Amino acid sequence: MTIVGWLQISLLFLAVLFVIKPLGLYMARVFSGERTFLSPVLGRLERDLYRVSGINPEKEQSWLGYTLAMLAFSLTGFLALYAMLRLQAYLPLNPQGFPGVPSDLAFNTAVSFVTNTNWQNYGGESTLSHFSQMAGLTVQNFLSAATGMALAVAITRAFARSKVATLGNFWVDMTKATLYVLLPLAIVVALAFVAMGLPQTLDASVTATTLEGANQVISLGPVASQEAIKQLGTNGGGFFNVNAAHPFENPTAWSNYLNIFAMLSISAALVYSFGQMVGNRRQGWALISAMAFLLIAGVAVTYWAEAQGNTILTAIGVDPALGNMEGKEVRFGQAMTALYAAVTTGLSDGGVNGMLGSLTGLGGLVPMFLMQLGEVLPGGVGSGLYGMLVFALLAVFVAGLMVGRTPEFLGKKIEGREMKFAMLAVLILPLVILGFTAVSAMLPFAVASVGTAGPHGLSEILYAYTSAAGNNGSAFGGLTGNTVWYNTTLGIAMLLGRFAYVVPVMAIAGSLAAKVKSPASAGTFPTDGPLFVGLLIGIILILGGLQFLPALVLGPVVEHFAMLAGQTF
Amino acid sequence: MLNHIRPALTLVVVLTALTGLAYPLAISGIAQAVMPAMANGSLIERDGKIIGSALIGQAFTSDRYFWPRPSATGPDTYNAAASSGSNLGTTSVKLTERVTGDVARLTAAGIAQPVPADAVTTSGSGLDPHVSPTFAEAQVARVATARGLEPATVAALVAQHVENPDFSVIGEARVNVLELNLALDALKM
Repeated sequence: MTIVGWLQISLLFLAVLFVIKPLGLYMARVFSGERTFLSPVLGRLERDLYRVSGINPEKEQSWLGYTLAMLAFSLTGFLALYAMLRLQAYLPLNPQGFPGVPSDLAFNTAVSFVTNTNWQNYGGESTLSHFSQMAGLTVQNFLSAATGMALAVAITRAFARSKVATLGNFWVDMTKATLYVLLPLAIVVALAFVAMGLPQTLDASVTATTLEGANQVISLGPVASQEAIKQLGTNGGGFFNVNAAHPFENPTAWSNYLNIFAMLSISAALVYSFGQMVGNRRQGWALISAMAFLLIAGVAVTYWAEAQGNTILTAIGVDPALGNMEGKEVRFGQAMTALYAAVTTGLSDGGVNGMLGSLTGLGGLVPMFLMQLGEVLPGGVGSGLYGMLVFALLAVFVAGLMVGRTPEFLGKKIEGREMKFAMLAVLILPLVILGFTAVSAMLPFAVASVGTAGPHGLSEILYAYTSAAGNNGSAFGGLTGNTVWYNTTLGIAMLLGRFAYVVPVMAIAGSLAAKVKSPASAGTFPTDGPLFVGLLIGIILILGGLQFLPALVLGPVVEHFAMLAGQTF
Repeated sequence: MLNHIRPALTLVVVLTALTGLAYPLAISGIAQAVMPAMANGSLIERDGKIIGSALIGQAFTSDRYFWPRPSATGPDTYNAAASSGSNLGTTSVKLTERVTGDVARLTAAGIAQPVPADAVTTSGSGLDPHVSPTFAEAQVARVATARGLEPATVAALVAQHVENPDFSVIGEARVNVLELNLALDALKM
């Protein structure tokens, strides 16, 4: 670790810190239906959209109506994307003449993008046409993110309002998220990316004659436009197989900063919007502090572990000064790769700028553990906020048990019904992750997919289901995931991780919205101070640790000690 | 549920047109008009022929050129149509065998142990255009001998091509191998 490395990391967090308030306030205005500086440009388009879709923007929905609208929208998006991938050969903008995507891979990919996971069992430049990348994947990059934001806004209203039966209108929130937040930011970021060197063309490739006389076919495409929304929507699905490690997705240290900045900003700012909308900005900052603490701790561990290098290679004559360079790019080095790895998994982005599967045991433990904590640091756009609110409910509940009073959060009494749904939501992750990992570890044909034997092999499987259930999308890429077994089970894990989580959360929202918002009294446990932040961090760590520590010990921790002992597999 | 079908269908179709076609096509139009060099992949031409991209590494095996990092792409290394990392874990026997072979190869080529880490590890993309300044400097003697140049001349060329972090903080010190080799070819002419 070097001071310069830590400076590189600090600059990024500082930049995000400065954007949280203005962007958070802007989004709070957008979702409260107030006029913004973009209203004169987009207002007309917005109203036309509601008219042709038969939506009455004034009509609000109950939690169930809101959830059903979200499910109908996601299902439609899934079917459209699945059909598009299967029929790719007959659709336009297919300069390489790629055939239709096989059914299991199309299922996996469609689920992957609709659930905001963006797990890549396909190699973008060798499987998908430009039409599939643009009209299929890019669209879901917008819509799955907008869906997450809408859900977070609905849950925010449950805390902001008193004794109401409705949470807003899903169609309106989703449309506003797309038009007023994601699209304008994507245009700015995409153009900045082109200026940094990301290609943006409809040509498929160019053939170069190298200095040594060989032919080098260089894949191109509309990369910048997809990269921009991939990060802003915390999607993470790259244009290319190796994601943002590819020099065309991430050519310089500056583009690397913009990548991380873009993925972190909206999620972090949305927490501020929450504080603004519930009328307690300190609450927003309290949640942000808890997230930042755990995230920075994650960056530190990965950076430290990677900077040590791979001791097995040191023993055979490799200089450890540059750290563990397998799977990393020279232009990023250890600090910026560690930062990217922790942020992409603290969020539910899943893009990578180096191969996570080649991280050291402890360096690789961090991204896996951050996802297992529920991706709330600060999590996917929208999904991170509502995940964190579930933890906040658990934290006040535990605090309530300790002092023997009915727990309250933002003036809402937290009772049995909310706690049951909260537990239902948080238990879905370990069930899906550990269940599928255990089954896969027992099946010879599933084990045959691992790329490295020994403890790292278990880590590859555990990572895959963690990433799928957490809707992250990053991978320990040694695992050959493009098989019928993994395409199908990872697809199911993604669906459960998104929808089996969010339905109970929406039920909590419905139940909270109906309650009276009572003013704070002398006996109220303050949830916007350091005591609560500490408690919240404790709850997150204890829940995540209790559930996943045994599996993590068998995978990454054993790998770490095997490396120190010089043991290979 | 039925009353959700019309908004779901219409919004998917209209927003596909907006975010999936209008948005990328508009960005393409602006990018091609304003920044065509970047938008088309930062290609480098020599004598009217495209010889590569400034951002994408390419394979060099001859002693007359500086070598890049090993690459995990298949079937050939530095295959810019199928990017790939090795994805091997730290305790992988395949990794140690490969690195042992590469360390021996570099030692035979006159590079002292311990060798720079980037010289024997594959990058994440398999297309890394850069090497560390240490790895470039370690190759000076070999390249100078193969080309019949003074080592000091080649070393000066390497020093010119070291890109340092902006403001001493942002980025890592690195050498673009293709640009260095192009300058090397230009030297003899």
